[in-house]
Amino acid sequence: MSLASTWRKTESRYRLIGIQCETCKGKYFPPRSICPICRRKGKISEFSFSGNGKVYSYTFITSASTGYEKQAPYIFAIIELKEGPKISAQITDAKPEEITIGTPVKMSLRKIKEDGAGGIIYYGYKFVVDNG
Amino acid sequence: MRQVAVVGVGLSKFGEIWNRSFRELIAEAGVMALNDCNLHGNEIEALFIGTMASGLLVGQEHIGALIADHMGLNPIPATRVEAACASGSLAFRQAYMAVASGLHDVVVAGGVEKMTDVNVNDASLALGAAGDADWELFNGATFPGLYALMARRYMHEFGATEEQFAAVAVKNHKNAVHNPYAQFQKEITLETVMKSKMVASPLKVFDCSPITDGAAVAVLMPIDKAKKFVDCPVEVIGSGQASDTIALHSRKSLTEITATRVAAKKAYEMAKLKPRDISLAEVHDCFTIAEILAIEDLGFFGRGRGAKATADGKTALNSEISINTSGGLKGKGHPVGATGVAQVVEATLQLQGKAGKRQVDEPKYALTHNVGGSGATALVHIFKKG
Amino acid sequence: MKIGIVGYGVYVPKYRITVEEIAKVWGEEAHRIRDGLVIHEKAVPNKDEDTATFSVEAARNALRMAGIQGKEIGAVFVGSESHPYAVKPTASMVCSAIGAKESTASDMEFACKAGTVAIQCCMGLVKGGYIKYGFGIGADSAQGRPGDALEYTAGAGAAAFLIGGNKQEIIAEIEGTYSYTTDTPDFWRREHQEFPSHGGRFTGEPAYFKHVIAATKGLLAKMNRTVEDYDYFVFHQPNGKFPKLAAGMLKVDEAKIRDGLVTPCIGNTYSAASLIGLAAVLDKAKPGEKILVTSFGSGAGSDSFSIVVKEPILEKRKNAIPLKKYIENKEYLGYGQYTVHKNLLKGL
Repeated sequence: MSLASTWRKTESRYRLIGIQCETCKGKYFPPRSICPICRRKGKISEFSFSGNGKVYSYTFITSASTGYEKQAPYIFAIIELKEGPKISAQITDAKPEEITIGTPVKMSLRKIKEDGAGGIIYYGYKFVVDNG
Repeated sequence: MRQVAVVGVGLSKFGEIWNRSFRELIAEAGVMALNDCNLHGNEIEALFIGTMASGLLVGQEHIGALIADHMGLNPIPATRVEAACASGSLAFRQAYMAVASGLHDVVVAGGVEKMTDVNVNDASLALGAAGDADWELFNGATFPGLYALMARRYMHEFGATEEQFAAVAVKNHKNAVHNPYAQFQKEITLETVMKSKMVASPLKVFDCSPITDGAAVAVLMPIDKAKKFVDCPVEVIGSGQASDTIALHSRKSLTEITATRVAAKKAYEMAKLKPRDISLAEVHDCFTIAEILAIEDLGFFGRGRGAKATADGKTALNSEISINTSGGLKGKGHPVGATGVAQVVEATLQLQGKAGKRQVDEPKYALTHNVGGSGATALVHIFKKG
Repeated sequence: MKIGIVGYGVYVPKYRITVEEIAKVWGEEAHRIRDGLVIHEKAVPNKDEDTATFSVEAARNALRMAGIQGKEIGAVFVGSESHPYAVKPTASMVCSAIGAKESTASDMEFACKAGTVAIQCCMGLVKGGYIKYGFGIGADSAQGRPGDALEYTAGAGAAAFLIGGNKQEIIAEIEGTYSYTTDTPDFWRREHQEFPSHGGRFTGEPAYFKHVIAATKGLLAKMNRTVEDYDYFVFHQPNGKFPKLAAGMLKVDEAKIRDGLVTPCIGNTYSAASLIGLAAVLDKAKPGEKILVTSFGSGAGSDSFSIVVKEPILEKRKNAIPLKKYIENKEYLGYGQYTVHKNLLKGL
């Protein structure tokens, strides 16, 4: 468990705070210190993503890594956010049959994992099907 | 730049090697390679080792020094390099550059991974670190999960089927039967693959390369010196390396590994060859979909055509192009850091005519292709008979 | 200065388990429980949800309805009896999740009335001119001991109410509040115990009814009104039956409690219960109509509120997700899956 590392990412994980490069107008999530196009000439500022998007690809994971066994099985997807960038996240509250490429989704803050019964709980973004 | 050749190769058995440690595996492969080219050992000037996750898997870092010590090679410069599953060919390329530049004459490139000292779930977590730990792994990505996302997208864009993917596994297990070092030496049927348990849909157990222990070593020299040690050195005529975004979700496309295309272009240019000139290729089939993408990205088949080509048998031993005669990662096993060097071993044996029952008929040029993570690093090397 | 609700939001998880499904496991007669408790199913959280995630969803819904940015919030109070941590507040997580930094925050506890206490605190801070907006949130992911009567009703959900003092923004004015508190051992949980204990029939007259009736009567006296003056009544609803009995005792027409009675289809959401009931009423009430809400928290106490609906609600409701949508979006679980969702299996 890394308290400092988790804490640094709180805003991004809870509110989908990424960055915008004012020089090339590119939007990026997660936030990064250097614009990949403009590099050190890029002027970076905070950008808040809406959480709306659609499924770009998906898989149903039945073999989980250490720490994720309790969540398994789960749907894991690449979501194309409305504003452009793609991110990786679980889709929750859904059966695998309900998901296909293009399914509209929206962000929901959920538990990701915990460091046992006495450690901290990690929260972050997952997505649910957007029924309008 | 000088011309460089591979003069000796060696490898350990690949598999769940319970009674061999990390150090013992690389020593075994190293000794075999040195015997292969009649070197004393004192000639070695530098050592490059590729291993992905020694820290997470065996609690050990500082691998360069460790192996130089264990092989009795102190005080030569010893360097560990890492590019996830491409660590092996990264080590090979560093060794190649050291000799080609003229800085060293005799250089050893090795790769090793000991994956079974931890339980499977921990190994899975370690492998996941080949992706973006904070933004893929943290959210629940597994390595098969990432390739499954590519497979799903490939099926969506090109209409490929799970049976076509399964054909890769069937072929590679068949090839591995004739590789005494391979982890698996039994043929499997399409039905076996299709009925196996889902790991990350649409990828099933038999679509995935296994967890493996193993090591592989290659010895490099400038070509003129090489001819004094062995009759049949194998020349490195092309080398290319490229990088791409660490996270799969940042890539421009999920149905190609762009780093492979960039690295291959460089290697082909250097070798002055085209894809159709290649007789055999050891490609990175960490998952069945990966081989399909590889044969397209390397230019052997057109975009979206690799799945059908494989299912139609065009990549079988001595067909249009022999892909993964060693059994590939699927059949031979995938001790992550060792794989890239093991591919060089196979390319060398094939060009030297020492591949036994899996021998390609009179091969002229061989290609190796190694990928790190879900495509963030790729290395391509091309070889010819010296 | 007039104060009141400027926005509200609810959240109810998607999964449900029926009374039949639970009764089957314990060999009980489902119809007796259905009729006796007046409940047919309850809401069950997914494995990755808890009081904190519910609170965030409800708060976000409230902000969307109110058209207000999180950074303008000056107080966040989350009332629950199932906070994820014993020490580390749910309220600070809600602050981060909504972008509120210059805000006071705290978790509250008073069994099922912790949410209404949160609202009272916000009322004070707003009316005193200390903050512009404050969040009073009631949320719970209730744990009922397997095999106990409470297992049939222990539900999950949240409601977030944003309190403010700008007349143009108030969608429902809070005219007054009255509370009644005594030390009553009707329902409790000692530290380190997994499940609560309760006094059976003792939880009725000396606890729920005594406080609900006293608080409601106290509020009416304070407001100088009678039950006839109110169009809707929302009482705390540990089951579907108690509110009907309370209405009878207060001579309140049963039709007036109907819209605010949601426990029969989502279970007792504990700290959120009376607040979700209030949200259900606000989803349809017309400007000018009056609502009387009385919560109840074991231990014990009741908070009563006199609320009058205002014009701005008509426009603001258009941006809101009504409770109905959450109630209708459901998927049933078998008892086995229910135990996995609620992490009831030992040794895991």
